Amino acid sequence: MSLIKLSAAELSEKLASGEVSSVEVTKAHLDRIAAVDGDIHAFLHINAKALETAAEVDAKRAAGETLGELAGVPIAIKDVLATLEMPSTAGSKILEGWIPPYDATVVARLRAANLIPLGKTNMDEFAMGSSTEHSAYGPTHNPWDLDRIPGGSGGGSAAAVAAFEAPIALGSDTGGSIRQPAAVTGSVGVKPTYGSVSRYGAIALASSLDQVGPVSRTVLDSALVHDIIGGHDPRDSTSLKDAWPSFAAAARAGAKAESLKGLRIGVVKELDAPGFQSGVTQRFHEALDLLAANGAEIIEVSAPNFEYAVAAYYLILPAEASSNLAKFDSVRFGLRVNPPGGGTVEDVMAATRGVGFGPEVKRRIILGTYALSAGYYDEYYGSAQKVRTLIQRDFNAAFSQVDVLVSPAAPTTAFKLGEKLNDPLAMYINDITTIPANLAGVPGMGLPIGLAPEDGLPVGIQIMAPQRADDRLYTLGATLERLLEEKWGHTLLSQAPDLAPGEMFAATEGAV
Amino acid sequence: MAKAELMDYDKALELFEPVLGFEVHVELNTKTKMFSDAPNPAAGGVDQGAPNTMTTPVDLGLPGSLPVVNEEAIKYSISLGLALGCSIAESSRFARKNYFYPDTPKNYQISQFDEPIAYEGNVEVELADGRKFQIPIERAHMEEDAGKLTHVGGATGRIQGADYSLVDYNRAGVPLVEIVTHMIIGADRDAPELAKAYVSAIRDIVVSLGISEAKMERGNLRCDANISLRSRADVAASIAAGEPMPLGTRTETKNVNSLRSVERAIRYEIQRQAAILAKGGTILQETRHWHEDTGVTSAGRPKSDADDYRYFPEPDLLPVVPGAELIEKLRLALPEQPAVRRRRLQAAWSFTDLEFQDVRNSGLLVEIEETVAEGASAQSARKWWTGEIARLANIAGADPASLISPLHVSELIALIEAGDLTDRLARQVLEGVIAGEGAPHEVVESRGLKVVSDDGALIAAIDEALAAQPDVLEKIRDGKVQAAGAVIGAVMKAMKGSADAARVRELVLERATATVAE
Repeated sequence: MSLIKLSAAELSEKLASGEVSSVEVTKAHLDRIAAVDGDIHAFLHINAKALETAAEVDAKRAAGETLGELAGVPIAIKDVLATLEMPSTAGSKILEGWIPPYDATVVARLRAANLIPLGKTNMDEFAMGSSTEHSAYGPTHNPWDLDRIPGGSGGGSAAAVAAFEAPIALGSDTGGSIRQPAAVTGSVGVKPTYGSVSRYGAIALASSLDQVGPVSRTVLDSALVHDIIGGHDPRDSTSLKDAWPSFAAAARAGAKAESLKGLRIGVVKELDAPGFQSGVTQRFHEALDLLAANGAEIIEVSAPNFEYAVAAYYLILPAEASSNLAKFDSVRFGLRVNPPGGGTVEDVMAATRGVGFGPEVKRRIILGTYALSAGYYDEYYGSAQKVRTLIQRDFNAAFSQVDVLVSPAAPTTAFKLGEKLNDPLAMYINDITTIPANLAGVPGMGLPIGLAPEDGLPVGIQIMAPQRADDRLYTLGATLERLLEEKWGHTLLSQAPDLAPGEMFAATEGAV
Repeated sequence: MAKAELMDYDKALELFEPVLGFEVHVELNTKTKMFSDAPNPAAGGVDQGAPNTMTTPVDLGLPGSLPVVNEEAIKYSISLGLALGCSIAESSRFARKNYFYPDTPKNYQISQFDEPIAYEGNVEVELADGRKFQIPIERAHMEEDAGKLTHVGGATGRIQGADYSLVDYNRAGVPLVEIVTHMIIGADRDAPELAKAYVSAIRDIVVSLGISEAKMERGNLRCDANISLRSRADVAASIAAGEPMPLGTRTETKNVNSLRSVERAIRYEIQRQAAILAKGGTILQETRHWHEDTGVTSAGRPKSDADDYRYFPEPDLLPVVPGAELIEKLRLALPEQPAVRRRRLQAAWSFTDLEFQDVRNSGLLVEIEETVAEGASAQSARKWWTGEIARLANIAGADPASLISPLHVSELIALIEAGDLTDRLARQVLEGVIAGEGAPHEVVESRGLKVVSDDGALIAAIDEALAAQPDVLEKIRDGKVQAAGAVIGAVMKAMKGSADAARVRELVLERATATVAE
């Protein structure tokens, strides 16, 4: 089988046994990127040192060093994360070419675990969007249908994984930016418990909502990545000091589980909405039936305040973002635009921000500035924080009845590029299923559950667990993944269209 | 406003009542900054470093960087709050103060807004004549300092007219505590002195806690002085009508970086505002800059109560919940209150009330205490600090403490007491030390100022003088010892003061008799 089709866990076995080298694995993925990324545009930057780093890891292995499980496995990194030696633009013109003098903590942990950074993936500018169309560097295309969006903001990471350009990737999730792209590309993505993964070096969108997490094609791969990037970081004050269990062990246990007997799965009534695309609702209920058939108890629960989640989110997020993005002023780094005829520093700041920020970023800065303004603060930001508390209470009430909650991961399958670009409200409402988890800080996973009959595009389920119970996502996710693949007789992504027939044919020829 | 246009101070006080308020910023001397592990340039004995070398990604506000609270700074702030008689919040919170300015790397300052760490306290200050005032403290909150801008080009060194500006972020992120008073009413004509006494009291407190280097000239302690005037006629009318008393429009004078300037700036603002109000003019609500050299304030930027900083809780930081145990521990560790300490020192030093008040009024208690700690006698330390050093400081328009260290004063006194220096020579040595020529012994060496204790040189000079005045010699021999004065004077003159007069007298008498014996 072609190296690019293997999961990270499978690759790590072959690397450990010496069957393949990291250089071979890395090269296979770089070749794949060269072959298909012209169509997909998942990457903004390819790491020129990837093969060099892979050779170093091979040398360490040859020298008998004890290496971590994913040592030598390539990984794609969302461009929101600061990386040494690679530009980190967060999809914005205002940071074009900016190379940070430091690695984000999660990136440093990947490097310490000897993973091979392949490059930086495309995203909506400053992670504001659900389609990757708001990238200043052009949209990413969905590998299932190049005319469709790959989700967002982390469309680049999801598409890279779904198009076999990388086995695993890092994403960030503020309101669904990992889970929704996973759902619409047929991949797996996890937003961990807020505070379980360091935010240091993640270019902030909304500090109280942002969380870095894994993107992969299998539940186990996400767990393996989460094990590496998670855990306390003294550089992030909101980082939890908990000792975490092995999520990979949780996933492996889930994959082996014979029955789901005793597991109480809550279906959030408010997120099983009739307005959702019919194929999404259909596949979601089929998945529930499958879980029930294997012993799980399916319980309908109500979260009445979820109704207000999107409205509260679109006050809290722009408020925090308006402040977080103030630092982009041309004084210390990034783009500088001098207004014609010169001017004061304020003029330069204004000209730079006028040119450097895209329309969606400007829209949210204006919204947020307004929401925080004297006289409006209580009505907007203050009220939104109260809603946030109510949503947390809804979660607490629900988790007193059930072990996990489920919903469709997104209300629709991948929509067409351009379809919602000029309708911000339609774009915002697309995150209705994923936003509550961010407001409450609970973990959530997006996992493929089939193709919608009407358009043949991937549908995802979202699994949510109480804060700190991320292991439940991996256990149940791995069980459901196995049950579905047993039912289908294949993985979902094996049904994706062949993006580079010539290349694949050559590989097959070579194998013969 | 030209000084000639100012209203006479007494006249101004006759017509108007001043209302004061102070914001004092204290730079804490923790090893590292408020939110990063960069070295703190406001810590004691730290090399200041080239611009932008004492920074981390956090201090530069680089994308992705996050603040982490310095726990030492929290402890210092709690101690300060306790020393100000404040309540310490069980839980306080950082907030973002949003405004665009290039010395603020994130374009927001992490400060505290509606939940400060310390609130509602009281500081007792004492005026020169011994009257005591209670200054009500509204709050003390933690925040980070900004960087420093240097405006290049243009005539004034101000931002207006500059060709470009340079930014040094070394100071960005230095831990600050801002102490805010309530309105201070009733100071009347003592307002300038009260202002100085208040800032001095804050300085005494932070020095006694050891939490700041507290050097005003270095910006460790900065005072923004708010002042407004209201007409006494209006006040009387409101009292008569049973209405709340009106408040005038205030100005906030910044850049007041010595105790002396605090006093002068308040006095100036009273006279300036009074002149404007008396002519029927209005005071602009604005910041004003104090100019130490010319002794005037000039208009800064308009400051309205409606300035909208869009404060909101800092989402990158958790609330500060110090715990009752820590607060009690810090309370028990507080040094004695400055007022108690003053009583103790006066007793230990055996100063009369007058002597001690003199010391208090000079604002040099700390310096004298440190000088005594270095080994000098209390009386000598008092004499030098409140005498010659204060005189030179007055000429230089500087704080005495900025001219010389207690260690050097103590060394100077030791040299005098060892007989190595006369008072006159010591004054020259002092000038040398202040001029930056080194420690007293180095100045003595380099300027060749040591008392001539070599009797040989003295005897030669005495013999010469005796020979030149044979009539005097005769008188001495006849037992008219007081006649020796003329010879002593001549010798002292010949030695250019570098001789100990007592020793010269001894030797003159000895030589006069010796000559007889020969």
